Amino acid sequence: MTVTHDNIETKLREAFGDSILEVLHFRDELTFIISKEFLIGIVEFLRDEPEFAYTFLTDLTATDWPDREQRHEVVYLLYSFDSHTYVRLKVRLKEGEKISSLCGIWDIANWFEREVYDLFGVEFEGHPDLTRILTPDGFEGHPLRKDFPLTYEVPQFTYNIDDPPEVID
Amino acid sequence: METRTMTINMGPQHPATHGVLRIQLELDGETVVKADPIIGYLHTGIEKTAESKHYYKAIPLTDRMDYLAPMSNNLGFCLAVEKLLGIEIPAKAQWARVCLTELTRLNSHLVWIGTHALDIGAMSMLLYAFREREKILGIYELVSGQRMMSTYFRLGGLAEDLPVDFEEKMRDILEDFPSKFNEYEDLLTNNPIWRNRTIGVAKISPEDAISCGFTGPLLRACGMKHDLRKANPYSSYEKFDFDIPTNDGCDVYARYLVRLEEMRQSLRIIRQTLDGMPEGLYRAHAPGIVLPPKEKVLTEMESLIFHFKIITEGIHPPVGEVYQGIEGPKGELGFYIVSDGGPYPYRMRVRPPCFVHTVALKKLCQGGLVADVIAAIGSIDIVLGEVDR
Repeated sequence: MTVTHDNIETKLREAFGDSILEVLHFRDELTFIISKEFLIGIVEFLRDEPEFAYTFLTDLTATDWPDREQRHEVVYLLYSFDSHTYVRLKVRLKEGEKISSLCGIWDIANWFEREVYDLFGVEFEGHPDLTRILTPDGFEGHPLRKDFPLTYEVPQFTYNIDDPPEVID
Repeated sequence: METRTMTINMGPQHPATHGVLRIQLELDGETVVKADPIIGYLHTGIEKTAESKHYYKAIPLTDRMDYLAPMSNNLGFCLAVEKLLGIEIPAKAQWARVCLTELTRLNSHLVWIGTHALDIGAMSMLLYAFREREKILGIYELVSGQRMMSTYFRLGGLAEDLPVDFEEKMRDILEDFPSKFNEYEDLLTNNPIWRNRTIGVAKISPEDAISCGFTGPLLRACGMKHDLRKANPYSSYEKFDFDIPTNDGCDVYARYLVRLEEMRQSLRIIRQTLDGMPEGLYRAHAPGIVLPPKEKVLTEMESLIFHFKIITEGIHPPVGEVYQGIEGPKGELGFYIVSDGGPYPYRMRVRPPCFVHTVALKKLCQGGLVADVIAAIGSIDIVLGEVDR
């Protein structure tokens, strides 16, 4: 059976009503902007409804829009092995706002969320180990934010101890 | 007697971790109690850098992620941007892209089989596999002038037309490789040492595989018949006839069998592309968006102006966002591109298959022996350049 975009949209609106804030269609791709409280509910609905069966978390990432009031946009991309289609969910967050973690649903969410935390500074509630993953421990700032400088990097490496040894001539 | 577990670091500088992967192992004698992969040693900020490059100039960055499969990376990025721009690609360029990405799959799998077998102890495999890979690098050099960072694909098609002796050289490979793959099979498939080291090692159930985000050969080695080339065809893959190999073993040996069969299927696709290569343009004709051919730039005023404008000002795709996933040699390689209408990608996100598969090492290694950790790392076939980006 084929899943059409309208079909998903109608069903989701029926089940979740106002928590679907916006629906975008671009180049045959379907995007829902949803409110953060309903993230887990919507994800589980899309996964468990046999008609959709979006059982696979393909990607989890974020974008940064410093000029907007809700500067973070966390992006989830789900895939269905039955209908071979993608659906994208987006949650907009203000600086410092937290979002629920999907670690309980997919194992892979663990590292994806750590990456988003590392590079964007978005915090996930209920994540078992929210630490930096790509940048070194003790790194300051979140590199993929738009206000993080591209060309200048503060030297943040020591010799693994607090004071580097003196250089002897 | 009281016993304690021991925590030991494997890597980051370890020859069997295929780069700078570090695994923190908690050992109870020879048994792995806990394995914790730690990454980030090769983080180069490719996604951040791409935000400051024109769309055209971001292509070379993609080669440097999975340096064993440069053409696949180029293809993924080009397809994503082309989707954003909404341009049609001429048939010849599409077929040439298919031909070369399948060649890239062979390249990647050859390095995998060589290093993986070397890790487990079959040293001669490395020499055999690299002997074959040399021919593939020769083709890369023929088409692009580079042996590794080829950057041969451009938005809208190819950088240049295929060279005159391309077909002849490719036919050589088609002639030569099947017997070589038989040699590999003779050396490994029924080799008792190989079988003992791989069968039943690093098992994972299909449910866990989906939960861990497995794609590509790893998912197919869990019995799932999923391949983006069939499921969501791109670059006219729907026109080619090939099978998707699967195996229900869920272990290292199953992954080996799947990849070996994939190499044969790649040859099949390459043969079809050579037999039916369409005539026509090698790059789309879309003035102001796609670079005009070099010979026209040197002879025609208008092409020169377009060339100049594209290089200096960049192109301005419509506001929007696209995701394009392709079946890379290692799994689903996806590019998520957000455009704000400007000449730079507002955000270029790479969905790296290697990053995703590294997470699963935790599950694959737990309860196994230390020596099996090496087999597990080899079987997931990671390139750290792509894990860390």
